[in-house]
Amino acid sequence: MRAELVHFCHWLELTPFSRTLQDTTWIIAAVQTVHILAIAAVVGAMLMLHLRVAGVRGTAQPMAAAAGRYVPVLWLAIPVLLCTGIVMICAEPARSLLNPAFQLKMALLIAVLGVTVAFARPLRREPRHWDERRAAAAGLAGTSLALWAGIVFCGRWIAYMGIH
Amino acid sequence: MIGDGALGWLYASGIAEYVRENESAFPWIESVHVLAITIVVGSIAIVDLRLLGYASRDRPVAALTDDVLPCTWTAFLAAVVSGALLFASNAPNYAHNPYFRAKLLLLLLAGLNMAWFQAWAAPALRTQAPGQAPPWPARLAGALSLLLWIGVVAAGRWIGFTMLGGI
Repeated sequence: MRAELVHFCHWLELTPFSRTLQDTTWIIAAVQTVHILAIAAVVGAMLMLHLRVAGVRGTAQPMAAAAGRYVPVLWLAIPVLLCTGIVMICAEPARSLLNPAFQLKMALLIAVLGVTVAFARPLRREPRHWDERRAAAAGLAGTSLALWAGIVFCGRWIAYMGIH
Repeated sequence: MIGDGALGWLYASGIAEYVRENESAFPWIESVHVLAITIVVGSIAIVDLRLLGYASRDRPVAALTDDVLPCTWTAFLAAVVSGALLFASNAPNYAHNPYFRAKLLLLLLAGLNMAWFQAWAAPALRTQAPGQAPPWPARLAGALSLLLWIGVVAAGRWIGFTMLGGI
């Protein structure tokens, strides 16, 4: 499996698209900037949502209203993150795909999306679902925020754990 | 020049040397810096979009800023502290980097924009009913804020690419 991944990285590095990206530094910096801005949108929205869920801020609005306001930010930001992420992978395939920090980041991302769905789903059936399960809600909120922080940290560490 | 002397002093300080020499100190501090910035920009974007009338129109601006801005300021403090440590580790080089200077200038402008908004536009907004379109000073402050903070993030990224071979 790993041998195939390495082979794929080498193939990708030789494509014209990848060559162009490698040779034009400002494109990668610009793509990274967009990626960071999209992450900022996600982090901001998730922070405000989970502070509400934990009952720390914004308690004037119902939990379901906060979810309705902030969860959609994810569904807008994730395609942007996916596209910019794919461009960055194409520019430096081995630096990303073979990088433990990148692989951990992807694992954490899958986990946090699972936690988000587990939180948002019950609210559609019963808006007061988490109001009646405060402790569990706070647990989900804390886990979600820790995962997002982990994703941001992994993102920065990709640069330091690269295969050069 | 006094400036260069101060930069040299910072560079030679114990904490700067630690950040430089310890292999994982810089990455960890930088990660905190990035996380803090995403919180600052993400939370400010929520307020700015409300000022522009694009989001949360059902909530009064004051209620929104009361909820959001304390998070923004806390994260901003973390960004400044972590940023200062990063800067100290290579003070002379950062100080002469045009993108670092641009970032500081954009931060200053963003701060001025916020101060102007608090002094002039915010009082008018408190008397506004929710659902009403925001007045032009609020929309201007919101738009400027978004543009300036996007600039801060871009400048920050370009610093990374123009220091010592791009990281």
